Amino acid sequence: MAFSLPPLPYATGALAANGMCQETLELHHGKHHNAYVTALNGLIESKGLAGKTLEAICVEAGKAGADGLPVLNQAGQHYNHCLFWNVMAPGGAHGESLPAALAAKIDSDLGGLAAFKEAFKTAGATQFGSGWAWLVIGSDGKLKVTKTPNGANPVSTGEGKPILGVDVWEHAYYLDFRNVRPNYLANFLDKLVNWEVVADLLGKGGFTSGQSA
Amino acid sequence: MTTMHRRGLLFGAAGLAAMAATRRPASAQAPSGPFTLPALPYAPNANERAIDAMTMEIHHGRHHAAYVANLNAAVKDHSALAQMPVDEILMRLSQVPEAVRTAIRNNGGGHANHSMFWEIMGGEGGEPTGDLKAAIDRDLGGMEKFRTDFNTAGTRVFGSGWVFVAVTPAGNLSLVSKPNQDTPLMDGGRVLMGNDVWEHAYYLRYQNRRADYLTAWWNVLSWEKIAARYDAAKNGTLRI
Ligand SMILES: [Fe+2]
Ligand SMILES: [Fe+2]
Repeated sequence: MAFSLPPLPYATGALAANGMCQETLELHHGKHHNAYVTALNGLIESKGLAGKTLEAICVEAGKAGADGLPVLNQAGQHYNHCLFWNVMAPGGAHGESLPAALAAKIDSDLGGLAAFKEAFKTAGATQFGSGWAWLVIGSDGKLKVTKTPNGANPVSTGEGKPILGVDVWEHAYYLDFRNVRPNYLANFLDKLVNWEVVADLLGKGGFTSGQSA
Repeated sequence: MTTMHRRGLLFGAAGLAAMAATRRPASAQAPSGPFTLPALPYAPNANERAIDAMTMEIHHGRHHAAYVANLNAAVKDHSALAQMPVDEILMRLSQVPEAVRTAIRNNGGGHANHSMFWEIMGGEGGEPTGDLKAAIDRDLGGMEKFRTDFNTAGTRVFGSGWVFVAVTPAGNLSLVSKPNQDTPLMDGGRVLMGNDVWEHAYYLRYQNRRADYLTAWWNVLSWEKIAARYDAAKNGTLRI
């Protein structure tokens, strides 16, 4: 079995009214994500990945440090983008309307929705260069905001199980927001995230890609 | 057509927001320096054969300007640093107070790298001559191999970063890739030339096709400027 590019759960033009244009989604999913999948499949044999889940590959590559980067770059990006497409939606619970269980968890662990949004935006804005900002379930069971460079993720760093992630590589926002990453992050939280999906991932204990080599 | 139209509209909105975002902290925290954004030495459309005018304007007027503003903010409470040239700071990064070391590495590096980048473009491409050509033949295997190796290094930078040619005081050249805004200055070397492979450098025109950007970039190099940098490196006067 090889890794595959999952179809977007909505049309490429579906998020245009919410601040992510059709061209961005066509390139980001069809070119960038697809290239990571192709490159990762090209490593299965030489790196002995056959039979392993995407998550297990991320964990092993993360533990290997610099030696693990060639695999982590592609495997991490495959996992990260699978999550990213899933947490956005044209409809559903946007903005401030969080399902009760998720809202209560954010209140108790992160000091409320406003404080969480600020922490998440700061994580994304201060990830220098390319990378991701995350909301994860930490090993203590508490929600935590964190960030990772390039293709790494909280699975590879051991920081927790992601339930929300935002891509802050420039390719994610350059056509829509140019250099103004903070506006992209605010728009992501206010208009793109489907909180029902995030609440569902919280219930499941984190995102699982369902992908394996 | 619709794409260009949409981009034009968005540039207006994003541009205003960017000005507000970069100017407010600049005026509140670090009114006028000590570091300043160098003017582009040519019109924004001068490098059209590789880089469109809108990319040049955003890259210089927003990205580079933000590095300068953030660098000024980082040295605001460190008068010794504020009096040093940025290359001297980057060469002694380990001595920079830890509280501002990362900010200075990122923003000082961004300031130095982009200042060099604007300087070496605005030309017609072609080939170097004289001492510089001889050094490229000797150290980098000749122009054809140099171009190929440089472009390959550019495609291999994962995430944001740069590809440089570093130069020693003896005039020896080497290819060096760096992540983010790191620079050979941090290793005590000098930079002869380099190309920015952050996605902001090419996304509006080339999107995901970084290799096409790397290939086209050679068409706008000024070998006169690069040769002058080479002479300066050997004379010990090359800074950033
Ligand atoms: Fe991406
Ligand atoms: Fe740049």
